[in-house]
Formats: sequence, C-alpha cells, structure tokens
Amino acid sequence: MSGDSFTAGTFSGSNLACRRGGRLVFTGLAFSLPAGGALILRGANGSGKTTLLRLMAGLIPPTAGHLAWSDQPLDDSDEHAAKLRFVSHLDAVKPALSVAENLSFWSALWSGRIDDAATLRAMDAFGLRHLATFPGRLLSAGQRHRLALARLLVAPAPLWLLDEPGNALDEASLGALTAAIADHRGRGGSVVVASHGSAFVNDGNTLDVGTFTPKTAVHWSDDADEESAA
Amino acid sequence: MNVFSTLLARDLKLAIRQSADSLTVVAFFAIATVLFPFGVGPETNVLERISGGVLWVTALLAALLSLDRIFTVDYEDGTLDQLVLTGQPLSIVVLAKITAHWLTTGVPLLIVSPLLAVTLHLPTAGYAPLLLALLLGTPTVSLVGAVGAALVLGTRRGGVLLSLLVLPLYIPVLIFGAMAVEAATTGRSATPELLVLAGFAVLAVTLCPWATAAAVRQAVE
Repeated sequence: MSGDSFTAGTFSGSNLACRRGGRLVFTGLAFSLPAGGALILRGANGSGKTTLLRLMAGLIPPTAGHLAWSDQPLDDSDEHAAKLRFVSHLDAVKPALSVAENLSFWSALWSGRIDDAATLRAMDAFGLRHLATFPGRLLSAGQRHRLALARLLVAPAPLWLLDEPGNALDEASLGALTAAIADHRGRGGSVVVASHGSAFVNDGNTLDVGTFTPKTAVHWSDDADEESAA
Repeated sequence: MNVFSTLLARDLKLAIRQSADSLTVVAFFAIATVLFPFGVGPETNVLERISGGVLWVTALLAALLSLDRIFTVDYEDGTLDQLVLTGQPLSIVVLAKITAHWLTTGVPLLIVSPLLAVTLHLPTAGYAPLLLALLLGTPTVSLVGAVGAALVLGTRRGGVLLSLLVLPLYIPVLIFGAMAVEAATTGRSATPELLVLAGFAVLAVTLCPWATAAAVRQAVE
C-alpha cells in the first residue's frame, strides 16, 4: 500500500436530522470522528444506518444540522466527495468489463492517471489477482463485493464509508478487510462502518442510530405543523 | 486523463462490447423508415416531398428508444452514486455520458441516413442539408433527452413517461431539421434552418448538462 498519510482532520456532525418519505428517520444525532478513528453504526433494520452513511457521503442533504471537517462546516459537496470513498450494498461492477478494467477505471477517475501498480495492489489485497481478466458478469456475489472493496485501495482518500462491508465475504476476505481498515487507520484515515456483526474494526466508537429515532407518531404531527406553518 | 475523457472512454468501451444496443437503434431507424414507402405507396413525387420529415421523425423515435440507457444501468448497479461522488463537477460527468450517447446513437443514425434516404427518393440536392441538419440536431436530441432520462430515474415504466416528457421538446428540432431538407430540395438555401439548429445545439449544451446534473442529484438522494 502507498505510504502517504492523511491530514484531513476530524470529521464531525452535529444535531443531524433526516427525513425520508415524510418520516423523520433520526434527529439530534451527533458524532465526531478523529483522524485514525473508527465509528461503528449499529441499529435494527430500517433504523437509518444506510441513510446516515449516505448523508455523511453528501448524497442526502440533512434536514437539520450540518457536517464539518475540523469544525469547518461543509459547504462544497464536491470538495467533500473528493475526501471519501463510499462502498454501498450496490457493487457498481460493470459486467462487460474485466476485474482489472473495472478497477483501473475508478483509479483513473479518482487519481487522474492510469496507475497499474495501485490496481495490482488492490487486487492482491482482496485476492482478486487470479481473476484480473475475468469479466464482471462471471463473478460470484462475494467476488463482486470484494471488487467493490478493492476500489477503496486504488486511490487514497481519508474517509471510508462502508455499508455492511462484511456481507457475502468468506473468512479470508474478512481478514483482508480487517487488515485494509487497520492499515488505513494507521495512516491517519478514518472509517465509518454500518454493521451487525463486526470482527473487522478494533477499538472503534459505537453509535446506535436506533436511539435517535423519534417516536414516530408525535414527530409526524410536529413536522406536519411546521411545514404547514412555513 | 481527466474525468471527462476517462468516463467517455469507459462508456465507449462498454458500448462497443455491448454493440447490440446501438445496432438495435439503427435497425429500428431502418425498419421504421422503410415502412413508409409501403404505407404511402411508391409514387416518387410523394416520397420525395415527405422524405426529409420522415427521416427526422424516425431518427427521433430511434434516439428515444436509446435514451434510458444513458443513466438507468448506472443507477441500478450503484455506479451513479459513485459518479456523483467523484469530487468533480457533476455537469462534466453527465456531459461525458451524453457525449458517449451521441457518439453511439446519433452518429450511427447519421451514417445510415443517406442509405435510407435512397429508399425515400430524396432528391440529390437534399443529401448534404440532411447530413448537416442531423449533425447539428442530434447533439440537441441527446442533450435534451438526457434531462428527461435523469428525471425519470427511479420511476416504474419510465420509458413511456420519458417519451411524453421529451418528444414535445423535440418539435423545434424536428421543424427546422425537416425544413432544412425541404429548402434545399425546393431550390432555396438551407443555411437559415441550419443556423437555427446550431443555435439550439449551443443552447442545449449550455443548459442541459446543468439541468441533468440537478436531476441526477435528486435521483440518488
């Protein structure tokens, strides 16, 4: 892995609320993630872990509150996006491209140059080297997911947002993911993981998203009143 | 390598590997056009008169068939999320995808149009204006279509909705495109119509990437 370290500072969010489809998913949520830190998002299905991750990525604007880097509120979403890598439950693997082509496309897009060494390192880290010329359509679900995780390594970015990264992974790949996250944190990178079982993050802070879910009925009427007043 | 050329190269590579998609559009254009001589009869003077308009209408319908390809696949497999998060202006990202669409749809339609014009007995004077009008008009078709394609992302049966949204917006291009051909075949200069089409293209390339980017952001939200 490349030796450079990150100096992005602390990523934090304060008083965050998010409404999806008229329902307030969470409210009053705050977190702080220092360089090298890890945050594990917990909560039952539907408690808003994925929503929070997408909000942290800047894909969803918060209904209230704001995100900040080193206490500087985030105002440019493109600048923020350049600091993060997001692995969702959708693997974004193109069936018609080979494993190596899939990776080198993202490498070129993010780093602005063709970096074959980085692509090879990423394939090695997740045991994809022998599949380099395999087209994406022939990969199993686990292999596709490993390819999505390997994207994390093709171009460095300080913040990793991982949505259930352990899904569909075998023992060896879970080990590879654990090692990749430890290495990333060792270089000052930070990581947010939404997960049920987690063997792959050591000494991270845990945030239970479910505790910020408002009592639905009450907040429904509150919000409706606010909206009609506005 | 910047974002535009990287993404354009990838989309072209995908289009070549999945060339059936582009060929289907061209085949539709050919079959729909060839239906007209059967429908209106083989009289040369009738076909001559309608040939410009027929070619334009069938080209627009063929392009319409391909519009949902611009974003739907990327939206469904999660690539669009990642493209929004490149850290580069999203309007550049969508402009690369629109350019790829034009190169894999507009240009093939342009190339086969003279062959189809033969079946409609287009007078010789009409060929150059037809090609120029398609060259200036099809970028607008891709650009305006991309706005519609981004707006219907995530809806069920977006294809029908897309045609209702986009086809009315194609009417100005259709009018001036067909008029350019007609002007040349009746001995007038086609320059005014071609200039209007160029104007539409400039307007579309200025506004549509921006509008498409806004619609894409809405779709991934």
